[in-house]
Amino acid sequence: MQRYVNIAYATLVYAFLYFPIVILIVFSFNDSTYSLAWHGFTWRWYEKLADNDVLIEVALNSVTIGVLAASLATVLGTLGAVALYHYDFLGKRLVNGLVFVLIMSPEIVMGLSLLTLFVTVQKVAALISESLDASLGFISVLLSHVTFCTPFVIVTVLSRINGFDRHLIEAAKDLGASEFYTFRKVILPLLMPAVVAGWLLSFTLSMDDVIITQFVSGPDYELLPLRIYSMVKRGITPEVNALSAIMFVATLVIVAIAQALLKENKQ
Amino acid sequence: MSEFVIEVKGATKTYGKNTVLHGVDLQVRRGEFLTLLGPSGCGKTTILRLLAGFETPTSGQVILDGKDVSHDPPEERHVNTVFQSYALFPHMTVFDNVAFGPRIQGVNGADLEGRVMEALRTVKLDSFAQRRPDQLSGGQQQRVAIARALVNKPLVLLLDESLSALDYKLRKAMQIELKQLQRQLGITFVFVTHDQEEALSMSDRVVVMNTGTIQQIGTPREVYETPANLFVAKFVGEINLLEASVAAVHGDGRYTIDIHGRRFELGARRSFAAQQAVNVLVRPEDLRIWRAGEPRAEDVAQTIEATVEEVIYKGSTVDLMVRLATGEALSATQFFNEDDPVFGNLDYKRGERVEVDWVPGWEVILPHD
Repeated sequence: MQRYVNIAYATLVYAFLYFPIVILIVFSFNDSTYSLAWHGFTWRWYEKLADNDVLIEVALNSVTIGVLAASLATVLGTLGAVALYHYDFLGKRLVNGLVFVLIMSPEIVMGLSLLTLFVTVQKVAALISESLDASLGFISVLLSHVTFCTPFVIVTVLSRINGFDRHLIEAAKDLGASEFYTFRKVILPLLMPAVVAGWLLSFTLSMDDVIITQFVSGPDYELLPLRIYSMVKRGITPEVNALSAIMFVATLVIVAIAQALLKENKQ
Repeated sequence: MSEFVIEVKGATKTYGKNTVLHGVDLQVRRGEFLTLLGPSGCGKTTILRLLAGFETPTSGQVILDGKDVSHDPPEERHVNTVFQSYALFPHMTVFDNVAFGPRIQGVNGADLEGRVMEALRTVKLDSFAQRRPDQLSGGQQQRVAIARALVNKPLVLLLDESLSALDYKLRKAMQIELKQLQRQLGITFVFVTHDQEEALSMSDRVVVMNTGTIQQIGTPREVYETPANLFVAKFVGEINLLEASVAAVHGDGRYTIDIHGRRFELGARRSFAAQQAVNVLVRPEDLRIWRAGEPRAEDVAQTIEATVEEVIYKGSTVDLMVRLATGEALSATQFFNEDDPVFGNLDYKRGERVEVDWVPGWEVILPHD
């Protein structure tokens, strides 16, 4: 009896969490443009999606920004976390606190402040030379994404680095290792799971960011979430459902890969 | 080549307002097993870290093999450390852990294999080369840490409380093994511990420390039998402390000492003035208990009355707590004597009246402080 109660309870929990996504995926196969009633199975929307060059270009933009921003943020964040752990420098406590301020600060504030910054840069660039082009676009989006991802990497890596034996670094140096050798052979391998987790976290954050991107992307550069957002304004089409379903499956695959990697690392 | 492999000259270490080492002078001889002994916070680990290069002295010098290395980083010093936590690299096999140092020195191929396996054989772990540290027991991890340090053939091996994480039996076994290893390899060991028994049983010389200063340096026998001050006497082994005063000075180190109105004719290495307050220190195993009717040894001159308060059977000995009329409690370790059927079985009763003295000449007299 207890067992059935447990199963029922677990089913309810999973249903609560995943039912909306299931609905979305189911309707992406619905053979009807507007109706919310079931009209039979079709691949039509996926085929239409494959023909939509604009959408594919925007998706590629998103992936490009996601991969680049996650990679840059991971490098910066990992180095930052190691510095915060290993070295003493002026303003260390301030930096430590500011990392959390960045994580907590409302996205709308961050978007606005980044926009102000880029506009100022534009003005300054225009003053220096007419030919300097600092208009909003790829670069400003990339820099913004790196900015909001880096603190998450720092926190992820720092929490792991704080968990390990301080003597490990001393042991490496005691055995004759230079700073760089210690970093490469001892610190980095031990941090790898956190570094991978930081990268994946950054990639997801970058992939689904709407608010900040909306501020800094400018008229000619668009990312997928923004595109979906504007498509939905004209009503939810099965095409959007299909696109979202693909994104969901892609996320699932990435999480699965991450889990596998982390498991391998442990052995 | 100097007799000393390490010389510490006037080393002081301060952290902000906190001084943890006060001008320490220390010489370590080549090939000796030297132990830094003291309670936690006495500065023993700081000295070790100064030697390893993890800390630099605020003032003073550290001289390694005739060269001033006070400000050299650890990677440039030819000493290696065995950490209390072992600090084995968890992501590497035992082999790679041990090979870490030689690889940096540019050793590779068959050469590397040979050196690493030889080091592992020294600590009897050659069949564990491909294991990970977390697949080893505490004692085995300890050995890997030792092998990882020894494989670099250091001038000095530094061991920081290296046995304290092991359980009692394993610790005893490792003590003997470490001592044998040190003798066999002829490498200088500097060992840090707060366990006085460990210090006495392993070392050639013991450095007793307290509050950032060296209290005494000597062989285990010297620090146990002739402690330089009350701290050393109390820290190294158990000791009974009797309040006394100098009643008369006879010259040649002979004194009449007044202990609670009883006069004892005693010798001392130090000189004391008449009427000076002193402490007479006697180890529990040197204290003798005389029961009513028990035949006394010939050298009994003077005794103090006491009452048996506690009898603790220890298997090989019987430990007594006796209280003097003045309220001072003394502990005495008594050994069984099979040749004495009446008194040899030590069946003391609580509340029994006894008389106490000690083996003449085994007391230590120190100025009162």
